Amino acid sequence: MFEIHCPYCEEKKPEIEFAYAGEAHIVRETKADDLSDQEWAEFLFYRDNKRDDHHERWWHQHGCNMFFNAVRNTQTDKFVTTYKMGLNRPKINPSTNNIKAVQNGK
Amino acid sequence: MKFSASSLFANALSGHKKWPEQFPDKEPKKEYDVVIVGAGGHGLGAAYYLAKKYGITNIAVIEKGWLGGGNTARNTTIIRSNYLYDESMAIYDHAVDLWDGLSQELNYNTMFSKRGVLMLAHNVHDVQSFHRHVHANRLNGVDNKWLSPEECKKFVPILDISANRHYPVMGGALQMRAGTARHDSVAWGYARAASQLGVDIIQNCAVTGIRRGKDGAVEGVETEKGFIAAKKIGVSAAGHSSTVMEMAGLRFPLESYPLQALVSEPVKPVLNCVVMSNAVHAYISQSDKGELVIGAGTDQYTSYSQRGALHILEHTLMSICEIFPIFKRMRMLRSWGGIVDVTPDRSPILGKTPIEGLYVNCGWGTGGFKATPGAADLFAYTIVHDEPHKINAPYNLERFVTGRLIDEAAAAAVAH
Repeated sequence: MFEIHCPYCEEKKPEIEFAYAGEAHIVRETKADDLSDQEWAEFLFYRDNKRDDHHERWWHQHGCNMFFNAVRNTQTDKFVTTYKMGLNRPKINPSTNNIKAVQNGK
Repeated sequence: MKFSASSLFANALSGHKKWPEQFPDKEPKKEYDVVIVGAGGHGLGAAYYLAKKYGITNIAVIEKGWLGGGNTARNTTIIRSNYLYDESMAIYDHAVDLWDGLSQELNYNTMFSKRGVLMLAHNVHDVQSFHRHVHANRLNGVDNKWLSPEECKKFVPILDISANRHYPVMGGALQMRAGTARHDSVAWGYARAASQLGVDIIQNCAVTGIRRGKDGAVEGVETEKGFIAAKKIGVSAAGHSSTVMEMAGLRFPLESYPLQALVSEPVKPVLNCVVMSNAVHAYISQSDKGELVIGAGTDQYTSYSQRGALHILEHTLMSICEIFPIFKRMRMLRSWGGIVDVTPDRSPILGKTPIEGLYVNCGWGTGGFKATPGAADLFAYTIVHDEPHKINAPYNLERFVTGRLIDEAAAAAVAH
């Protein structure tokens, strides 16, 4: 069972408090009418399924009830980091595993 | 060498020291007509049918690990075809047809035992839904029948059908043609039969790339043992299918999840068939060795680590004890995990890809073992004819664009 750090509660909690909520950073298309069938299929069904660091959403269902994002390595199952919704993908230096959360740069 | 009473007798005289190697390890040649990626039951079976039915013997089956060491070795060995949709029934019943007589065909005992699969109904919705399954199956000529609680009890004497249970047994759907088989021997049997027909099985040799020519068609595979040329490549790599397809620049609608199973200490025969329960979420059978074989649901997150979390097993065992209080004091011997590639509609992808010469048999998710001979046979057909057989034609990749899904996700026996 994982221990998952919730960035809102700012503490580690057991996995049974959380629900996995699929790949992160999939943006819902605002101009849905303009999408081709192929683009719809990619939005609905196609996922990265990486054997590497994977960006994914978790839901602290039995805790603070907030959704947040995480980077987890799908080979080792180790969490690299978790971060709040609305933040961009964190920059990870692979040599030092140094993580820098990036503010939403609009 | 053919296994027979006389060969057994002859080898007994020499102290069983002169049996030939069943599937010799080969070094890869420079070029093959067909390369199959993945030496599990599906891949080895496809190589066997290519050689046996279509006379293509210049085939290599390339395996990253060892033969039959992936999901072929990690499933709960259940075989059934009582699915809801016509397309599903066609493909799984084709497999059951081939399971019948597979031991004879391969001259290898796959120990297919038609002991029956009983799916228990615990509420009104289950009863209605299973009746629908039974009727749909019978319309398609697939064996399945409805049993009353008393008939269930008669068939599985250890079942408690008293009405005061938390999840009372309100009946069940029984498929008598269904059952179990010895999973390892399916891989070994296909490997041996394919080897005898000239197929090269190359283990401990990961595929690292798929080379394509200027016209876009495949030219061969890059491997740890060098480049192997082939005009046709069949990928049958289960949980790693999407990573192999990525080498060819293709994205696939697959997600890979850990799926766990466990066995108990061996006991004397107590459970005569496979029992599944959707509502309580458990399935169980007893192996010929006497172990109770129990399957869990998938873990919630994607992973390639071939292991899962303990709380999933705990939940599974609670469910088993809910249905069978008799097993409360059983001790579990070992547990393991496999990586299953799950499609959005929980039906496989078996056919051509957008790349010429590249074929795929993947997306079997949590239920690939039962389909082994059928999928292998249809995969061989698709590779030879460069078009799918009518049974696997609906299992194309385009369905995720056209919307013609085969939505077994909504009809699954045990919700994964």
